[in-house]
Amino acid sequence: MELFHFALNNAGLLLSRTVEHIALVGVAVGIATLTGVPIGIAITKNERVAQSVLYLASIIVTIPSIALFGIMIPVLSLIGHGIGYVPAVIAVLLYSQLPIIRNTYTAINNVNPALREAARGIGMNPNQRLRLVEIPLAIPVIMAGVRTAVVLNIGVMAIAAYIGAGGLGTFISRGISQSDPRQLIVGAIAVSLLAIIVDYSLLYLQKRLTPKGMSREAAAT
Amino acid sequence: MPIRSIKGALKVLVLVAIFFAGVWSQSSGVIDEFLWYLPDVQYLMVQHIWLTVMSGSLAILFAIPLGIVLSRPKMANVAESLMQVLNVGTTIPTLAVLALSMSFLGIGTVPAVFGLFVATLLPITRNTYTGLKGVNPALMEAAAGIGMSPMQRLFKVELPNALYVIFAGMRTALTINVGTVPLAFLIGAGGLGELIFTGIDLYDPVMMLSGAIPTALLAIVVDALIAVIAFLVVPRGVNPGRT
Amino acid sequence: MIRLDSLTKVFDTPKGAVVAADHIDMEVPEGEICVLLGPSGCGKTTTLKMINRIVKPTAGKVFINGEDTTGLDTQTLRRNIGYVIQQIGLFPNMTIEENITIVPKLLGWDKAKYKARAREMMAMIALEPDAFLKRFPSELSGGQQQRIGVARALAADPPVMLMDEPFGAIDPINRAVIQDEFLKMQQELNKTIMFVSHDIDEAIKMGNRVAVFREGKLVQYSTPDDLLAAPKNAFVESFLGEDRALKRLNLVKVREIVTDEIGTVLPSDTLETALAKIDDYGYQNAILMVNERKQPAGIISRSVARTTKGYCRDHFQAVPAVVDLDDDLRKAASLMFAHDQTWLPCVNQEGTVCGQITQRAMTSHLGARYRARQGDDRKPSAAIKE
Repeated sequence: MELFHFALNNAGLLLSRTVEHIALVGVAVGIATLTGVPIGIAITKNERVAQSVLYLASIIVTIPSIALFGIMIPVLSLIGHGIGYVPAVIAVLLYSQLPIIRNTYTAINNVNPALREAARGIGMNPNQRLRLVEIPLAIPVIMAGVRTAVVLNIGVMAIAAYIGAGGLGTFISRGISQSDPRQLIVGAIAVSLLAIIVDYSLLYLQKRLTPKGMSREAAAT
Repeated sequence: MPIRSIKGALKVLVLVAIFFAGVWSQSSGVIDEFLWYLPDVQYLMVQHIWLTVMSGSLAILFAIPLGIVLSRPKMANVAESLMQVLNVGTTIPTLAVLALSMSFLGIGTVPAVFGLFVATLLPITRNTYTGLKGVNPALMEAAAGIGMSPMQRLFKVELPNALYVIFAGMRTALTINVGTVPLAFLIGAGGLGELIFTGIDLYDPVMMLSGAIPTALLAIVVDALIAVIAFLVVPRGVNPGRT
Repeated sequence: MIRLDSLTKVFDTPKGAVVAADHIDMEVPEGEICVLLGPSGCGKTTTLKMINRIVKPTAGKVFINGEDTTGLDTQTLRRNIGYVIQQIGLFPNMTIEENITIVPKLLGWDKAKYKARAREMMAMIALEPDAFLKRFPSELSGGQQQRIGVARALAADPPVMLMDEPFGAIDPINRAVIQDEFLKMQQELNKTIMFVSHDIDEAIKMGNRVAVFREGKLVQYSTPDDLLAAPKNAFVESFLGEDRALKRLNLVKVREIVTDEIGTVLPSDTLETALAKIDDYGYQNAILMVNERKQPAGIISRSVARTTKGYCRDHFQAVPAVVDLDDDLRKAASLMFAHDQTWLPCVNQEGTVCGQITQRAMTSHLGARYRARQGDDRKPSAAIKE
């Protein structure tokens, strides 16, 4: 009850923090999609390059976010952005690369060889094959990668509150430092709900973007 | 050919960079500053690892049997809805998990281990379940057909065939675990997070890095370690890494 | 017309170079179906796929309608060749209509034209346009999907078609239906077609000519009947199977071996006349009775004619079976076996008797080619082994 009152009294702040959180993650993952998808498509041309790129991306994801912030702050302070939203956005950008590149790469690579041969056989050039066949078929899997990236980075952005990036994590960090369980719990619940709701919305979007003829197969997976 | 020459150039470049970094750090006394933190790093690293081992092994011991039980045909009704809950659970950010754990259990090691345990439990349970459910039904039918008991089927057919997926789950889960341990400092459980967060507060780059670099390395090592274990333990015929 | 000139493919594998197709020379005349036949790994598919450069030839040339294709741009070449593959390969993200019209679109047809073409194609493959055009491939059965696959290949009306085991993934019953439909379509379309198959029966049914491949070489290239009658070597012979003479039954029509000499009696004849005629013609068991319109009406058996007095119309038995002039020998043989007969009356389209076919005539027709071959190009040792 007390929590509820607290949330209501701070509804404005809660809302603006949520918007901030979404905006930061959205912008960063948006940029990451613009880089990750072309990289994922490009590396299908060369198996060895693909393995190296994916390996590098998987190492980056392994690095804990707070450690990444700790490493980035001294470097970015050279250009005057040691703390704040810049390191947070860069971290999200980096973390998003693996799911997006990997999903794009596997999706394009897994396009049924028969379809690829049929596309070649009827005289599509490589661009047409990519545009008319491979990318439409890969969309659901690419979207799944974007979704993974977004959900993962809603959590990363929460931690970024500690380096002054704002967002819903601020409630948690204040809650801990001021020993205020209301802020703590409201912050934790808000960020959890955000992750869950965004996950489901993106799942819905993913289904909408799936080419119609494939929805049956996509629904099965 | 061009790729090889680029690689060669890169190697030279890296060596030169390391050399100059060494020269700079020696002359500016950064190394001495780092060395000053060495005892702290050692002490906190042990604490860090202990938190991981404690929560990680608890999670494995709990999650794998849970996954096995849920994958039994009798549990089919409960399992699907429970998996939905677990799926939702894995989307909850780890900081939120720790924060909630703290608000119910207070501060200290116990809430930290509990929070880490919960965050680690979900992916392992999920992968154990999907791994076992994904075993080719023809294999199960063949196993039943040659007269294996349900237990024999589980240990001789299902688990070996699902092992790769289960290990993948453990790898994800433990990487998340090691990555979350620094946050445990926030709820009073110590670990390398102490150096990072204090370093951020005091704006002391050396302190930050003394925490951040070992944390990052630790995560990479744990990830690689589990990959190696999986490589060795998963039977060759069903191990995509070994063909 | 398709002509292959020394077409060669060498694959570089870790174990060394493998010659998948070795100087293949052949020509498929306009409007004919040529089946490339052979065991897996014999080079038939490689040869086919070199024509539209899915596999890049190592050496040699491909001519289509007399024109050397070497200089043609790959995409242009492919858009002018219909291509059907075993896995069908309909694009799951596109509707049936989009699948069928993709090549016309690539070729830049205008919308009204390719839309009309899609309907035309659906009519050709006997699927209802309104029911199917807006659906997706996953909603169709395998047989329907492959019909669409054929329609897609034919949409831009290419003069030449390549088909790589097109009906291989379809169940046997539907396969026979689709084969028949396809042959019927081909009678109107007159495309020049190369068709890969590993199934001898399919090759004999579909092909105007059959090319047998082995280990990258073209071993024999002839009409199905020649192939079965005169296999060039032991490999072809064993590949065709020990029952190859029976397979030829499919290829020969009753018309080719019917004898028009047949003794008949009328219902008004006496059994005495019948017996006399049986003896005159040298028949063993019976003689055919026809009505006044010369249609088969019954048979008079020798034993009845000998032991009984009276008219044929009172003492005949039912005709066990008749064959049509356009039936193949397989049906004739089957009827003979089923009814324990050594001969069958033949009727023409009007149903009047025009001759008979005997087991003797069948065996001697099928045997003629084998005997001829043993006479000339067969080495004695090989003949003995047989």
